[in-house]
Amino acid sequence: MPTNTLNGRTFQVDAEGFLTRRDEWSEDLAALLGLDLDEAHLAPLRFMRQDSAVTGVTPTLRRMQTVGGFGVKDLFTLYPGKPAKKMAWLAGLPKPVGCV
Amino acid sequence: MTTITMPPEGFLMPDFGDRHRAAGSTSRAPSLDAAPGEASAPAGDAAYRGPRKMAFICSKGNLDMAYPALIMGNAALGEGVEVHIFFTFWGMDMINTRTNDRLKFTLAGNTAMHMPDLGRVRPGLEHLSMPQAMGNLPGMTQFATRMMKKQLEELEIPTVPDFLDLLAASGAHLYACRLSYDMMKVIEADLHPAVEGVISASDFIEIADGAQVIFV
Repeated sequence: MPTNTLNGRTFQVDAEGFLTRRDEWSEDLAALLGLDLDEAHLAPLRFMRQDSAVTGVTPTLRRMQTVGGFGVKDLFTLYPGKPAKKMAWLAGLPKPVGCV
Repeated sequence: MTTITMPPEGFLMPDFGDRHRAAGSTSRAPSLDAAPGEASAPAGDAAYRGPRKMAFICSKGNLDMAYPALIMGNAALGEGVEVHIFFTFWGMDMINTRTNDRLKFTLAGNTAMHMPDLGRVRPGLEHLSMPQAMGNLPGMTQFATRMMKKQLEELEIPTVPDFLDLLAASGAHLYACRLSYDMMKVIEADLHPAVEGVISASDFIEIADGAQVIFV
């Protein structure tokens, strides 16, 4: 199992670099994406962690909209490019696999 | 603006596409070590150097044929790909608010039509295709449509109008075909609000420059 080391901390990761232990999630990772995590950034991450704790899978953007009440447009603004992947990575969850 | 801290040596990081975005401003020669997700042009094609683009052409107005482009387009947007969707011919029904929540699914002409639920009646029946004549029975299209909508709903797949809103919120560009718009006497007030404009085929060809084009 590969590991990543950042600022002296070691993370268990999968072959792509997603954390495999959800309790190891760290806001330090955000710097690698060039993000400053404020409350607006953290709220969706918290929802993802709560939701996946119940369902067992990383929620998709659509689920974050319908269940979490987050605006898809806002998520694209907060996490430009690949929002679902970036958020899953930061939240210490597996890569999202849902199609919609 | 915050700068991206470089990951330490040996750090495994998923491809978030930012590497390419950061390098997007500098024009680069085509190379074999292009980042994943980067538009790869055949050698010698020097025209397009930009973020990856996908252009979908939706030409069908059946419920089942409405979804391929919507789902793939949504997936592409989630991967940071620029998405353009051109609605033409029967695909106009997907963006016409008078019809797009009432698209239908029919058994007629679909030899792949079998029902997973029939397997509970007798194992094996779920793989058997329905007799074509059944598609012509009165009420069969409504029944099949209702079944498909139920299955889509169970998988939490949005309805066509909701899907258009989702795509627009994710940054997709939607266009109606000028010729179909005129031919089918569509009025602007009936177009789904996320549609950016009514454009000609040549406008679309220009927009699709450098895009991977998918015809549905």
